Amino acid sequence: MTCARVDSGVEVMGHMMKVERFLPSEEAEALLGLTREIADGELAPRASDFEARGEFPREVLRTLGQAGLLGLPYPEEHGGGGQPYEVYLQVLEELAYRWLTMAEAVSVHGLACYPVAAFGSDEQRKRFLPEFLGGELLGAYCLSEPQGGSDAASLAAKAVKDGDEYVVDGVKAWITHAGVADFYNIFCRTGVPGPKGISCLVADADNPGIQPQRRERTMGLTGSPVAQIVFDGARVPADRLVGGEGIGFTIAMSALDSGRLGIAACAVGLSQAALDYAVSYAKDRDQFGQPIIGFQGVGFMLADMATKVSAARATTLAAARLRDAGRPYSMQAAQAKLFATDTAMQVATDAVQILGGYGYVADHPVERWMREAKLLQIVEGTNQIQRMVISRNLARG
Amino acid sequence: MKIVVLVKQVPDSGEERTLRADDKTVDRDAATKRMNELDEHAIEEALKLAEANGGEVTLLTMGPGDATDTIRKALSMGPDKAVHVSDDALHGSCAIATSKVLAAALGKLEWDLVLCGAESTDGGVQALPHMLAERLGVGAVTGARKVTVEGATVTVERQTDEGYEVLQTEGPAIVSVWDTINEPRYPSFKLIMAAKKKPVESFALADLGVSADEVGLANATSQVLEFAPKPPRQAGVKITDEGEGGAKLVEYLASEKFV
Repeated sequence: MTCARVDSGVEVMGHMMKVERFLPSEEAEALLGLTREIADGELAPRASDFEARGEFPREVLRTLGQAGLLGLPYPEEHGGGGQPYEVYLQVLEELAYRWLTMAEAVSVHGLACYPVAAFGSDEQRKRFLPEFLGGELLGAYCLSEPQGGSDAASLAAKAVKDGDEYVVDGVKAWITHAGVADFYNIFCRTGVPGPKGISCLVADADNPGIQPQRRERTMGLTGSPVAQIVFDGARVPADRLVGGEGIGFTIAMSALDSGRLGIAACAVGLSQAALDYAVSYAKDRDQFGQPIIGFQGVGFMLADMATKVSAARATTLAAARLRDAGRPYSMQAAQAKLFATDTAMQVATDAVQILGGYGYVADHPVERWMREAKLLQIVEGTNQIQRMVISRNLARG
Repeated sequence: MKIVVLVKQVPDSGEERTLRADDKTVDRDAATKRMNELDEHAIEEALKLAEANGGEVTLLTMGPGDATDTIRKALSMGPDKAVHVSDDALHGSCAIATSKVLAAALGKLEWDLVLCGAESTDGGVQALPHMLAERLGVGAVTGARKVTVEGATVTVERQTDEGYEVLQTEGPAIVSVWDTINEPRYPSFKLIMAAKKKPVESFALADLGVSADEVGLANATSQVLEFAPKPPRQAGVKITDEGEGGAKLVEYLASEKFV
């Protein structure tokens, strides 16, 4: 497949590696085709520019919502796409290939829909899910706090019942979509210390007690707003409690494994992009009278990159298939997240190396991808947390 | 309001296209096939009008059997159903014969408005809407960048080199559109799946009461006599600066009428 990538005004013509996909249905083939069409038409041409300006592409996300790409893993009866994770993750991968901020937005939004979809009452599902899954309303997920992300059970934000409302006070940190989201999932303490005292509320963004702070000046994904959110006596109707008091930690933990697979898929997409770009460059760039891909030093680097990207994809989809089959997949999700994001970091770094000086300047996207890859090793549980999950599973086994 | 949109499957204009050596018609098998780009704008406009006024959108395609790919793709944008006119005898038909066939097909359908792209990227004749209007005895307002329908009155802003003209006709009418009229929507996942189940009615020439000796290459009113491949790109002109490089450069640009 021949592709032209336009990025920062630099056009690289080359042969993009065609990813061999084994999709489970004709429906999935059509979905991936639609995803590529929209990603090529709407994401790829904007990524570099929006990232440089730090602008969040809310309208592009709406286009994805209208196309039905924002609720893919959720049941059709609530407006979702009824797709297995195996397919949903490949959609995320295709989006991340063109623009990580958008794939992350889809993944975070999907996570934000999860509490109501999985633990909400019938009334809550009917009321919220059509607009959540249709992409009319954008979600954010408020779990981490300034003093603790990995140790979620010790979170401090509290909600106190007052009549038919909860009054929420506290500070949440690293909130993707802060200030642009239409609704926030808030994990807060309604009872005893530890995991059993945590509840989940779904609040509208136009609540005067919900105050997004100044955007963090992040190293990458500069198009995606991330900030602390101060909850200052935010009054949230009691019927916005999801799954009952004390169920919050259960909700957060059961969403974690799915979220990790989402990040793994984003990492695979980013890796593939960096690999394809480096291959294309190495075939085009002549030194000493021949394309540099012909030098073993470069060719073997690319071979290792390609092998790791394939392995990362396979590991991620294998974990997704376990999830789809209803089997335990916590350890496999942690392995996929760990391996795919470490791969993304290495492949993006090597892509910069292969482009040499050109890799280090913003005229080519590889330096941006290298900055973006770093985030993936940190979010949804640092890769040290993933190793902890895996080793505990091994110890238990 | 019932709207019919004419949709044509064409060779992708972004690729190298060629004519067949045997009969000098467009080599449709050599290229990637896709929906004529302007037709997407016609569909978008039809869907908008139907959404605003209520109604139904039907696609009408004349083309070989594999044009069903384009029909499904077009249906996935949202139209309700499609009609596919297909017959081996149609191969190589000229614009006049095409208009005869499409007029016959339109005669079998109920419609208040026919929308189409202002031209197709393969033929580029731009005359089909007028031919159809003549055959059907309705008004044709072409080259629209804006369409409004109030009751039976169809008003268009017709795009010109200098600006636009406002034209009005009473429906039923035929309107062709340029790409400035709107931004076509993407299909949605649900509509793609739904499109597989939407009705596509097939007509052969006999169903339309058109005889095979009125259409096809043998009866075409225009003919390709000969063709040649595009000459290969010439090497550029290199001007070496030996003091008077600037002057030589201007001389060259002037000779090519750039300055």
